Amino acid sequence: MQILDRFRDPVVGRALLVKVTEQAKEVAERLGRRSVFMEVCGTHTVAISKAGLRSLLSEYIDLRSGPGCPVCVTDYGDIDRMVAFARTPGVTLGTFGDMIRVPGSFASLEKEMAAGADVRIFYSPADAVEYARTHPDRHVVFLGVGFETTAPGIALSILQAKAQGVTNFSVLTSHKLVPPAMHAILADPELRLDGFILPGHATAIVGRNAFQFVADQYNLPAVVTGFETTDILDCLHNLLDQLFQGQVRVDNGYSRVVKDEGNVRAQALMEQLFEVADVSWRGFGVIPASGMVIRPEFADFNAEKRFTVNIPEPRIPKGCRCGDLLKGKINPHECRLFGTACTPVNPIGPCMVSSEGACAAYYQYDRRGQ
Amino acid sequence: MCVAVPGKVIEVNPADNTCIVEVFGVTRRINTIMVGEVELGEYLIAHTGFAIEKLDLEEAMIRLKLWEEILSYADPGQVS
Ligand code: SF4
Repeated sequence: MQILDRFRDPVVGRALLVKVTEQAKEVAERLGRRSVFMEVCGTHTVAISKAGLRSLLSEYIDLRSGPGCPVCVTDYGDIDRMVAFARTPGVTLGTFGDMIRVPGSFASLEKEMAAGADVRIFYSPADAVEYARTHPDRHVVFLGVGFETTAPGIALSILQAKAQGVTNFSVLTSHKLVPPAMHAILADPELRLDGFILPGHATAIVGRNAFQFVADQYNLPAVVTGFETTDILDCLHNLLDQLFQGQVRVDNGYSRVVKDEGNVRAQALMEQLFEVADVSWRGFGVIPASGMVIRPEFADFNAEKRFTVNIPEPRIPKGCRCGDLLKGKINPHECRLFGTACTPVNPIGPCMVSSEGACAAYYQYDRRGQ
Repeated sequence: MCVAVPGKVIEVNPADNTCIVEVFGVTRRINTIMVGEVELGEYLIAHTGFAIEKLDLEEAMIRLKLWEEILSYADPGQVS
């Protein structure tokens, strides 16, 4: 582990911070304003806040959170549908832990659990298949929430269920793709960004090439990076350098994990099981070709083909600005409910519930504001 | 949700495409279909029970070397 430990070496971290701060100051002087970089991965949101980088660099860099938390971008209607499945007789609703407390229009899975619904948290969708196999009297509906990082595992578990003849397992998909959301952000004339911190693990699946459009189409630099503080500082160093030199590239700073072409086996699994669809994102509305739904050949494993649920028109809580936040238009402090009416104990929107939500991360680590 | 951690392979089971990885002293069985053949001592990035990619130690070394170069220009007086 020695080599990997060096990525956590505080001496290297501090030296990189000194370097990045100097560079950021220079760039800010040249631009006459702070540079603005967006992270599009909830794990980065937490890592940046936890390391204190957001506040340490705030004089020269505006580190803005984007639509990187899969739970947060799940629309109210989709959460209401999940709740409706939890209420369906005979159904065991399987989910990753993050979804449990997220409020829909009327309820959350946690509330449904308290009211007697059979909601179970699984670490892996493969565990949910195993649970279904050993509980033939139940039908396990697993919530397929997540970006490209998570979707191949869901695909594989459907194939496993099929191979094992497990017929009481299906998936309610709400999978989303990162690049189309970035297109939506970049198309917004109000938003001025100087570059992107690209998600290390979603890119491990889709590959660096999938983000080349940021440079080619939008003339902005972007850098794929890992999750250590040193990785993030290295990424900022690269972005600032490109900005200073007037260069525009999509670089890979996480080459110990990410390849240009990504993981082709994982891509083939997604391709086999899912087809691309227009889906709705919280704050954005419908983004073309931004989601994945189960192919008709695997309809037996599509929860929506196995059950019919009725959901009322979604009701959006007043005052919650999660939508603006996910689009990078505001930071959590600009929501007047932040830290007052909305806290992790009494969350109003998903951005305060999810461990990767920007409001939760800022509340825990950056509460004082910038 | 895209949290994924590097784990060291401590047991390989090619028969069912799984292996056991150790992450900070905790062991876990993960599926290896997405990364192909794995060897003892390799590092894998694990996410929701699946290895999503291998970790390339040589590339890690290259990155560390690059930082050394970048930092050799930094003011050592401030590096502590
Ligand atoms: S602080 Fe709460 S109410 Fe405001 S945007 Fe965040 S989650 Fe929504």
